[in-house]
Amino acid sequence: MDAIILQVLNGLDKGGAYALIALGLTLVFGTLGVVNFAHGALFMLGAFCAVTFKKIITLEQIVLSKTELSPWGTPLEIRTPYAQQWFGDFGNVLIEYSVPFSLLLAIPVMLFIGIAMERGIIKHFYKRPHAEQILVTFGLAIVLQEIVKAFFGANPNPQPIPQIFMGAADLGVMVGMAENVITYPKWRLVYLFFSLGVIAAVFAFLRFTTFGLVVRAGMSDRETVSMLGINIDKRFTIMFGIAAVVAGLAGVMYTPILPPDYTLGMDFLVLSFIVVVVGGMGSLPGAVLAGFMLGVVQSLASMTEVKDIIPGIDQIIIYLIAVIILLVRPRGLLGKRGVMEN
Amino acid sequence: MSNIKNGVNRRKVLKGATAGIITAGVAPTIFTKGAWAQEFRNDPKGGDVILGFNVPQTGPYSDEGADELRAYTLAVKHLNGEGDGGMLNTMQPSNLKGNGILGQKVTYVTGDTQTKSDAARDSARRMIERDGALIITGGSSSGVAVAVQALCQEMGTIFMAGLTHSDDTTGKDKKRYGFRHFFNTYMTGAALAPVLKDEYGSDRVAYHLTSDYNWGYTQQRAIKDATEAIGWRTEKTVLTPVGQGDFSQYITPILNSGADVIILNHYGKDMVNSLTQSIQFGLRDRQANGKNIEIVVPLFSRLMAQGAGENIKGILGSANWNWSLQDEGSKAFVKSFGAEYGFPPSMAAHTCYVQTLLYADACERAGTLYPPEVIKALEGHKFDGMGNGATEYRAEDHQCFKDVLVVRGNANPTSQFDLLEVVQEVPRAQVEYDASIFGGELGPYEVS
Repeated sequence: MDAIILQVLNGLDKGGAYALIALGLTLVFGTLGVVNFAHGALFMLGAFCAVTFKKIITLEQIVLSKTELSPWGTPLEIRTPYAQQWFGDFGNVLIEYSVPFSLLLAIPVMLFIGIAMERGIIKHFYKRPHAEQILVTFGLAIVLQEIVKAFFGANPNPQPIPQIFMGAADLGVMVGMAENVITYPKWRLVYLFFSLGVIAAVFAFLRFTTFGLVVRAGMSDRETVSMLGINIDKRFTIMFGIAAVVAGLAGVMYTPILPPDYTLGMDFLVLSFIVVVVGGMGSLPGAVLAGFMLGVVQSLASMTEVKDIIPGIDQIIIYLIAVIILLVRPRGLLGKRGVMEN
Repeated sequence: MSNIKNGVNRRKVLKGATAGIITAGVAPTIFTKGAWAQEFRNDPKGGDVILGFNVPQTGPYSDEGADELRAYTLAVKHLNGEGDGGMLNTMQPSNLKGNGILGQKVTYVTGDTQTKSDAARDSARRMIERDGALIITGGSSSGVAVAVQALCQEMGTIFMAGLTHSDDTTGKDKKRYGFRHFFNTYMTGAALAPVLKDEYGSDRVAYHLTSDYNWGYTQQRAIKDATEAIGWRTEKTVLTPVGQGDFSQYITPILNSGADVIILNHYGKDMVNSLTQSIQFGLRDRQANGKNIEIVVPLFSRLMAQGAGENIKGILGSANWNWSLQDEGSKAFVKSFGAEYGFPPSMAAHTCYVQTLLYADACERAGTLYPPEVIKALEGHKFDGMGNGATEYRAEDHQCFKDVLVVRGNANPTSQFDLLEVVQEVPRAQVEYDASIFGGELGPYEVS
């Protein structure tokens, strides 16, 4: 039983990342009708906002020692982070909490990147076939990851977890079980609640604001909204920026779990598309539901007891479910009639 | 008419000229060892000797490839008499004079393996067929090494492998034209097991997570055999997909499995992720069977260790070489490399640098660039002063035998490069094995 609970937690945690990326993908598809293969790269760029923030706050003053030499005979470099010099203990706190703090950097940066991407490239492909949209956005993703590699190298860049969230929480004890039966990494729990929070914020934004109302109306009937004198294109551009922010924030918070490198986006992209397709193209609740569902199913399928019966099932289960759902419900779990059917 | 007895006549001129021609043209082939008449692919015929450096310049191992390329560039400089000479000053015996190879200047071309077998073979073939490369060297993957080595055997071009750790490279897939300086998984197991016994005792239960490809299988087999030989029990071995990213679903079953040692048979990004996540799951904070749970990473690399950050502290593993070694060869190499680039070399850089010098020295000893003779010069060659103590290129499988390092993630690093501390330099005798246990055939010296 404890093994099942742990795998469900794993699935929810993983599903949180899938859902956040898929949510952005669905938003873009629902508003602009674009199949954006560069969306995984936005997740990766968000992660590298955290890397950049940490690099900035750990910039070091380098003083060459007059007495000591390095092993290769040059004067030894004595390095002290500027943040420590300037801010003392607060500098250390900044470094320790660099991941949460970098959310503040990621929001404007990702909003800018999203809007620039939409205005600079993607808007020219609105009326082109989906195949061309896929090609151009996939190409864009490759360009972005090569740029990141040129700046940050190919190796993973580890990011710190704040001390308070280090290690695992004993969840079993909290519900009256014995010690160490159900333990789970604290940061992963933080990530799960963070993803739920972001999802709730996006839904609330679309549901309870005038801006959201217009966007939802535009998603249902773009022409009618435009005829009412509303500049729907401008709002959709902002939605693209918001989708980029959601993917970026998901990337930032994922960095302590998976030290990011330039391939991070591609690792999530394919699964996120499956999530969107299973959830139903253009359906935001569908994307969230499918994200968590596929995450949990994938984790349960990798249990030893399951793999002993069907070896390798953990590698194909998501695709298997996608096939079954598309056979039974061709529009996905919560897909609407008419989306991508013309 | 008088005879001219002491003067010059036509017959004497002819005799002298003939003798001169014979002396000038034939004597060197008699007295100069290895002046071979054979034709061979990419014979520079007195021009520059071109070396082909086939390293990952793109893809996940491109940082390691960049370090290999730095080492190769340095080796070429030293061979041509530039810089401080590095290991040319410490290598014993050495026939290298800093005047290139056999007096011919050394130059190089590069290829990008992308850490993909097909791409690596294509770039190697391009360097051989188009760029005139006399040898191919480099790489960061056993799959690539085995694939390129097979190509080089077909083409009669010597392959001096870079970083490749699978037993197969000099085992079932060994080739006459392939040579490996790097150690292998068997050696890792043989070196690591006694240290594991000393550190963690002989009553342990191991759980393996293993990369699902050739290197992972051989690594798992080697460690499993070695640890079971010291009394450990293997609870379970689980294969994980290469490039998995999130290992949580493979780590959670370990928590209550009863295992008290986790062995991560992963390399590169997989190692970084599985180790980082194992620590986050609190494995090292737990106990099983009344003992602290320990994590072992059999193959460590400093470049990869950087990616794991704090999480490598205290973790045991093995390495081919580390820049902190204090023998004269290592110090000379670190000094040259550090002065050139501002940071110490990785073990991949070390093995590539050494391979280049060993090839050059073999050519000097053979007195020719003719591959079969260079191969014979390398086979069974014994040398020292290159960082791992007395070393031998075993003739039977072209595997170098030397001391192996057992290392531990440094708990108190003095710099960003000081990530691994050497726990023990395991003597060569402890990691040697019979060449026949892994099978394979070297193949012929002469290829058409």
